[in-house]
Amino acid sequence: MNTLALPDEILLSIDKPARYIGNEINMVKKDPSTVAVRFAMCFPDVYEIGMSHLGIQILYSMFNQREDVYCERVYSPWGDLHKIMKERQIPLFTLETQSPVKDMDFLGITIQYEMCYTNILQVLDLSQIPLLSSQRGEGCPIVIGGGPCTYNPEPLADFFDLFYIGEGETRYDELLDLYKSLREQGGTRQEFLRAACKLPGIYVPSLYEATYQEDGTIASFQPKYEDVPATVEKEAEMDLSRAPYPEKPLVPYIKVTQDRVVLEIQRGCIRGCRFCQAGMVYRPTRERELSVLKQYAQEMLENTGHEEISLSSLSSSDYSHLPELVDFLMESKGQGVNISLPSLRIDAFSLEAMGKVQDVRKSSLTFAPEAGSQRLRDVINKGLTEEVILHGAGLAFEGGWQKVKLYFMLGLPTETEEDMREIPRLADKIARRYYEIPKDKRNGKCQITISTSFFVPKPFTPLQWAPMCPKEGYLARAKVVNEEMKAQLNRKSLKYNWHEADVTVLEGVFARGDRRVGQVLQKAYEKGCMFDAWTECFDNQKWMEAFQETGVSIDFYNLRQRDLDEILPWDFIRCGVTKEFLKREWERAQNGQVTLNCKEACNGCGAASYQGGVCLEHQN
Amino acid sequence: MNIRIKFGKYGVMKFIGHLDMMRYFQKAIRRAGIDIAYSGGYSPHQIMSFAAPLGVGITSSGEYFDISVNSTRSSRASIDALNSAMAEGVTILEYKKLPDTAKTSMSLVAAADYHVSMKPEYGTFFSSQEELQRKVEEFFIGQPQILITKQAKKSQMELDLKQFIYGMEAVGLEHGAYALFLRLCTGSSNNIKPELALETFCQFCGLTYQPFQFQTHRLEVYAKSDEIPVKGEKEQQAYRDYLSRLKGSYEKQGKEFPEFLPLGALGEDIP
Repeated sequence: MNTLALPDEILLSIDKPARYIGNEINMVKKDPSTVAVRFAMCFPDVYEIGMSHLGIQILYSMFNQREDVYCERVYSPWGDLHKIMKERQIPLFTLETQSPVKDMDFLGITIQYEMCYTNILQVLDLSQIPLLSSQRGEGCPIVIGGGPCTYNPEPLADFFDLFYIGEGETRYDELLDLYKSLREQGGTRQEFLRAACKLPGIYVPSLYEATYQEDGTIASFQPKYEDVPATVEKEAEMDLSRAPYPEKPLVPYIKVTQDRVVLEIQRGCIRGCRFCQAGMVYRPTRERELSVLKQYAQEMLENTGHEEISLSSLSSSDYSHLPELVDFLMESKGQGVNISLPSLRIDAFSLEAMGKVQDVRKSSLTFAPEAGSQRLRDVINKGLTEEVILHGAGLAFEGGWQKVKLYFMLGLPTETEEDMREIPRLADKIARRYYEIPKDKRNGKCQITISTSFFVPKPFTPLQWAPMCPKEGYLARAKVVNEEMKAQLNRKSLKYNWHEADVTVLEGVFARGDRRVGQVLQKAYEKGCMFDAWTECFDNQKWMEAFQETGVSIDFYNLRQRDLDEILPWDFIRCGVTKEFLKREWERAQNGQVTLNCKEACNGCGAASYQGGVCLEHQN
Repeated sequence: MNIRIKFGKYGVMKFIGHLDMMRYFQKAIRRAGIDIAYSGGYSPHQIMSFAAPLGVGITSSGEYFDISVNSTRSSRASIDALNSAMAEGVTILEYKKLPDTAKTSMSLVAAADYHVSMKPEYGTFFSSQEELQRKVEEFFIGQPQILITKQAKKSQMELDLKQFIYGMEAVGLEHGAYALFLRLCTGSSNNIKPELALETFCQFCGLTYQPFQFQTHRLEVYAKSDEIPVKGEKEQQAYRDYLSRLKGSYEKQGKEFPEFLPLGALGEDIP
């Protein structure tokens, strides 16, 4: 058994020492001296969050299939341990062999949300790796970023040596082979980066240069050398059924957020909601074959002993073989195994399926209308109509459900006060539908919970040009909703939750920021900001100081309506969906015109260039 | 059918707390293909109960839990199946069938044995085993009472620790190492943690007690030998008969009948 990086004296004085010891079921054990490449794979948040992430499990199992590679895991140490490691200069270590991260060949960091950016700096700092790519020497690991936020990697450009844009299954083998052969030839770090930038999907930020206009917008963004590609195309795994999948996922000891088998049934979404980045960048929509999923489900349950299996996709109801898959899982599951069916459209089929797999009395139904009025739902191309919601809710109430959750966004483009007031009104209509059920047939009161978040425009969506609101504007919107709620007939059955707007403002800056906002991140981290996604850790005051001291303007990034011909920081990335399509959709949005989904009609978004998935269905 | 499982917990697994160990075993039992019985209702759970929680940081070679199964393979095959589903640092030692009316291990727990040693990086616990033994005698035999204040959840309670320490001595281990042996009252009433005994002992000796400097290892968990660990009149009578035969065999060998029996002693191997 390995000796641990931390002495007992530390492990017994911190919260949840099991976060730092590894040794989980299905952990891969190798002798590090027998491999050519050591890879530390990091999710820059606390263990319980990081261990719940499917992408890391896919890459972990894929990398470790290679005999010449040992992939180990790293997560952000929680604040209690962070403090001790800083004080005693203990370098951050991998869980598997408890080796210092700084001794690895690669440090790969998955970047899932903007509010983990300071934790990336924390991981580098605790690893004793220079924060800036430009200051790393030959002995430092190559720091790679991947994941959804890399569709605009610019705010992080200074901190990473390279980014892998797109889905990880396709190009890592080549990247690792390239590294191996260059190292064998005694190649330098710079030589490796220069060669890597020519691989599809690989972006080496230090090989590009941005210049700016007087008004602060980007004047040019270009490679520094002729042999460096001007654009980077995202990678997509076009044969999901044959792609690597973690048949032996890690089983943590402590309770983590996703403590179950996760079966990714498809990737991408046909719906084309205009605010949704995932719905655009994961195009084309691709399904996994039913037979493959059946086999994975059984193997993964056997290999983990988990008591729950969950389907994962952006919109499970759109999977063509969903009824067969659900039937199979219900018939073949062992005793004591639960099935969880998230992201389902509420209709007769899904209600029946959910009625079979869960306790109706305890569970709640979720609708995400995203906007209160039909007009605004048309703007964002959210196909859900009031009729469909009321019909689904009615079916559910008759089936015994009493709790409904509704998710909305405030601050969408073109939003009026009337749109905001429609949110509680819709909730009230749902409650009225409940009270239409005769008193003797219903079980007391219903409970309708409204949650609103604030809209943040994301790169590669049709709303990427839209301005955001100032912080006060968001809170005023929430106030309107709250007021209107109190005017509803069934207000006692309604509940309204909303959040502070501080985080939204920061998300806005980092979602659409350019290279210049990186200095704010560094300043904020130096001031002690980390775990910003955790309400108890978030300190807006420090963030505001960081903006002030670096002279970076929040308003420039958030409040401006961008011109259609402005060079956007992420324009050098090709993600299938073309800028022409996004412009078209932005215009249709402003006119309140809906666009059909990919199964109904091809809208020529550009993803067909990947030659697969739903795009091929239209060829006959 | 009820089964009592004995396991050991070593190495880094000592950092996994009691509740997480329960979750660990629920999954491990599924991986091992043990035909465990589930409770009824909408969220069925495995019928499983642990004997005595083990504190974080303590290793053990004598942990117990009971499960209920619908069917079972032999003890050997079940132990092998479970061991192939274990993480490094957990070993299944026994898998025994209990009488149908057996009381749960949790309700039987009366005592537990421990070895406490100083971790090598912190030096030695007194200069020698003999010195430790001398101090133990002063503390444990020399004092008529060992009065301490025990901190309960809301109140403080004064008690005589001596009543609850059933055994205490310095013992030799392999390679010239030695440890403090403790047999402590354990269970739902008057549960004495080894840390409490150790702290009191250190105070008596004028040492600053630093919990992390010591490694505590639980050796075994016991039931009182005169407690009838089964329900049902017939079964109780059968157990009394068993007990008298056992006592007889001890007498024949000229040995004293022990006050405590390991929890595993009640079950039988399944051929």
